[in-house]
Parts: sequence; C-alpha cells; structure tokens
Amino acid sequence: METNEIIKPENLVVGRTSVLKECPMHYCPGCTHGVVHKLIAEVVEELGIQDATIGVCPVGCSVFMYNYMDVDMVEAAHGRAPAVATAISRLNPDKYVFTYQGDGDMASIGCAEIMHACNRGENIVVVFINNAIYGMTGGQMAPTTLLGQITATTPYGREPKLHGYPLQITELIAQLPGTCYVTRQSADTPAAIRKTKAALKKAFQNTRRGAGTSYVEVVGTCASGWKLSPEEANNWMRTNMFDKYPLGDLKDI
Amino acid sequence: MAEIALMKGNEVVAEAAIRYGCDGYFGYPITPQSEIMETLMLRKPWEETGMVVLQAESELASINMVYGGASSGKRVMTSSSSPGISLMQEGLTYMAAAELPCLVVNVMRGGPGLGTIGPSQGDYFQAVKGGGHGDYNMIVLAPASVQEMNDFVGLGFDLAFKYRTPVMMLVDGIVGQMMEKVTLGDFKPRWTNEQIEQNAPWALRGKKSGEPAKYITSCFLDLSQLEGVNERLQAKYKVMKEQEVRFVNNSCDDADIVIVAYGSVARICRKVAQLAREEGIKVGVLRPITLFPFPTVELQRLAAMGKKFISVELSAGQMVEDVRLAVGNDVQFYGRTGGIVPTPEEILEQIKKMV
Repeated sequence: METNEIIKPENLVVGRTSVLKECPMHYCPGCTHGVVHKLIAEVVEELGIQDATIGVCPVGCSVFMYNYMDVDMVEAAHGRAPAVATAISRLNPDKYVFTYQGDGDMASIGCAEIMHACNRGENIVVVFINNAIYGMTGGQMAPTTLLGQITATTPYGREPKLHGYPLQITELIAQLPGTCYVTRQSADTPAAIRKTKAALKKAFQNTRRGAGTSYVEVVGTCASGWKLSPEEANNWMRTNMFDKYPLGDLKDI
Repeated sequence: MAEIALMKGNEVVAEAAIRYGCDGYFGYPITPQSEIMETLMLRKPWEETGMVVLQAESELASINMVYGGASSGKRVMTSSSSPGISLMQEGLTYMAAAELPCLVVNVMRGGPGLGTIGPSQGDYFQAVKGGGHGDYNMIVLAPASVQEMNDFVGLGFDLAFKYRTPVMMLVDGIVGQMMEKVTLGDFKPRWTNEQIEQNAPWALRGKKSGEPAKYITSCFLDLSQLEGVNERLQAKYKVMKEQEVRFVNNSCDDADIVIVAYGSVARICRKVAQLAREEGIKVGVLRPITLFPFPTVELQRLAAMGKKFISVELSAGQMVEDVRLAVGNDVQFYGRTGGIVPTPEEILEQIKKMV
C-alpha cells in the first residue's frame, strides 16, 4: 500500500483516544508518564465512564495531568491524593475515582495517606509510577531509589547507613486487607504496555463492583533524572529495577 | 415550634451540621473538641441524611479529605484544636488558592507547642492573618455562646459557598466545652445533584458531553496568571471587608472606655462593664463576631468620639494589633495565657488604671 493510501482515514487501524486532549505533553523523551496517561484514557473510553470519572493529580512531573486527560480532575497537595480521593469517592459513590502519583509523592511524603486509604479499602484506583527518583525537582533520591544509585542527593550512590533502604511499598500495601487488587507492571515493551492496560482496566472495573482499593504500580523510567538516553534508560530499568521490583500480580481477589 | 436543648458547644456543632444538610465531616481526635466527632459517630447521620463521617489518620488527611469533598461541590467540614489546626495550614492555603469552600472549627487550646488543653485565644494571628503560606485570608467567625456555635455552622457554610473560601469558626475552649440552652435549627435536606450544579457550577461532577472537562488546582506556574489569581482573591477580600463585618456593640456609644474582646472573654468583659458602671466608670464592650473581616470602621467611629480602648484577650496580645491598626497606638492591652482565664475583678483593675 502506498503512503497516500495508508494515511487515508478509512485505513486507520489505531486511533487516538478522545479522552486524551490534543496537545503536546511536557514530558521528556523516553518518559513513562505519557504512555500510562494514554492507557488510562483508553481504559476510560473503552469502559464508557468519561462522564463518571474524577482523577486526582499529584505533585511531581504529572502535576499537569489535567492538561492532558479529558476528564474532571483535581490537583492535590504533595502526597495527599489518597485523602482527597477518599472524600470524593465516599461523597460521590457513583463516580470512578483514581489517583496518579509518583514514588516521592506516594511512597515518601504521602506514605501515611496511601497506607490508610488502602487499609480502609477506599473504592478507588491507585496508579503508582515508580521511577526511583524525584523527576520534577531535578533528580533527587526517592524512597524507591536503589542501593548504589546515583542521584542529586546521593551523589556517591545510595548507601543504607546514610540513606536507608529502597522501600518496597507495594509489597506492604498488598498485605492490607482493604486492597482487592495489587499489581506491578512496566511500560517498556508493547507486550508490557498491553499488560499494564489490562491491569488498569481490571482496576477500574473493580470500582464498579466496590471490591476495595485497586492498586497498579508501573515501574517506569526517568531518562533525564537517570542521565541516560531513552533506550539506555529502558535497559537500565530492566537490568536493575526488576530485581528489586519484580513484575506481576501481588494480589487479585 | 423550635427545638430547645441543653448542650455543649462542641456537641451542638455536630447537631447543627446534620441539621444544615452538611455532606461530610472528616476529623482527627484532639482535646478540647473531640466531642464533635464523637457526637456525630453516635448520631449516625449516614443513616438519617446520608452525611459521611470519617475519622482520618491525621489532620493532614482530614483537611485534604475536606479539599476533595469540596472539589466535588459538597458541603464539608472538619474540626480540630490548635496543634491540629497548625497541621491543616497546608490544606487551608491550597483551598484558599483553589477557591474551595469549607468550614473548619478550631476550638483553641493553650500554646505554643503541645501546650495545654486549657482555653486560649492564641491562634488569632494564625486564623486572621492567613496561617499558611501566600497571600490569602479566611472569613473567621468567633462565637461567644453555644447558640452562636450552632448558628455559625449554617452561616459558615453559606459564606464559604458565597465567596468560595474556607471559613473558620474560631472558638476558645470555654465556649466549646460549656453547656447552655440552645435553640436548634430546623432540618434541611442535603443538596441534591441539581442543587450542587446550581450552587457550585465550578465543582467536579464528571465531564458533561459537549463541555470541556473541569479541573481544580492551586498551581499556576505562569507568573502573570498567578498574579491574576491573587488579584481576584484580594478583590474578594475587599468585598468581604465591605459586606461581611459583624460585631456587637454593648453600650459603647455612651462609654468613656471601650473594651474590645471576643469569644468567652467578651462575656467576662460585659460583667466588667457592669461592675465599672456601678462604680461610676462608663465602660462598653465591642465584641467582634467576624475577626476577619475586622470591625475597623466601627472602632474608628468610636475613636472619633474620643473614647479610650483596651483589648482583653486570652493571648499575649494578638487582636490588639488590629485594634491599633484601626484607631492608633494608644490602645491598652490585658491578657492571660497558658489556659488561664482572667476574673472580672482583675480586668476591672486594669480599667481603673485608664481613668
């Protein structure tokens, strides 16, 4: 098929979801956020819940998620998205409420809020992007930063005596009886992206049955913070992060 | 026929919230205000009106739950006491910036620090001058009776939605803890979805077909955009100063000395005025009901009549600064701190020094 044939609208095989606004994203090349935004948007469209979805943005690189998602969204204070989502969900039980947080926002400053929201079994979807670094503030150590990993605040590498250990918060959350679905995925290959989308879809469907908190971690890259090219970042993630943060379902009931 | 009850100030806040159609209360226990959440949990309003009551894991969480509830157009509230209110300052400045309405009840205890559970008015600066970071104010209501604690729940919600702002009810521990006769309000239903759409068209209710999605934020990285937000907030505060000042003038016009006092202290000072008049000293009491906006114009009217002023507070001297801003530096001050409440006699001694 010639190019001028391929680009005809009737020959399109993949479209852009209408739940994603048509504007350029501010994310760096190789960043995982854009992919996961798109997956959430596709899931919302496929489930037909655009008019019933309310999202909660974090503080971090995805603070402007509301500029990209064509659903109602509120921007929370640093770490507090699960508390904000708790009230939205409880006061509006007919809505699909999701939070979207990075590792600094959720696993550090917001550790109490995420633990207690999950422990109460709030009927929300939690999306956790773990790239083991603070992106927006310029590459500082996150709770999930690996031992030996160099960041702006661990310039000689993360050392347990100085900085403590990488926090496997998802393993902690899976133990909480309020959660019904806890999974860890990635977005580095087409197959992984399809799995992540299926996980997100299951999480939103769980809201419909009121089964408790659904929690989807996506191990992601921060090419800029890691000071690697997008391809090198994906390789570094596969080589280093998947050992500490193994992919797969931790809980599915 | 209105229902009359004998209730604690804290308890009546809970009752008034249910009766006014409040949608949600989110709180964390702290003395001397824990009766508010305890009363709500005992009353089980979720069975009666559908009101949500939730004990949060911290004051940080409870104010952010309030932020979330308000973002969906619901009438939500929290309550706490001084150290807990300090933790809520982050949420309050975010709500002021995002222009979200809510009611926050602060039953003040002695500070600074963990302090004491005795009554205090030491949080005046924090409540009236903003408290959190950035240029913002909240409407601050100061009840002096159990009846006013009841009435200011509804007034607080009305003002919060009228101006899209947090409203704080600033109560000293005496008013929160004492029992008085109170006329309860009638039951009002919670807002329907249609009423929310009408009263809070900015609220997140889910994207409507053919309309852009809505978002609520306090993040404005573009400098001129943020200056625009600040100008809008300041314009709002100017309207509040013109239209929402509330106070009680107790025999100030024929007095030589005006005591400025709020909350329970104003009631003690009315006794002082009575004792002083028995001794031939003409004393009146000007009681601000709104601490922000402050009754500056009324004080200036009284100052123009040549009166002397003294501010009496359960603090080391906080409201007195606003009295001085209104009428000049020649204002006396008397205060007790640490949870100690002055007697009418000791305040009268101070008045006599002014004669």
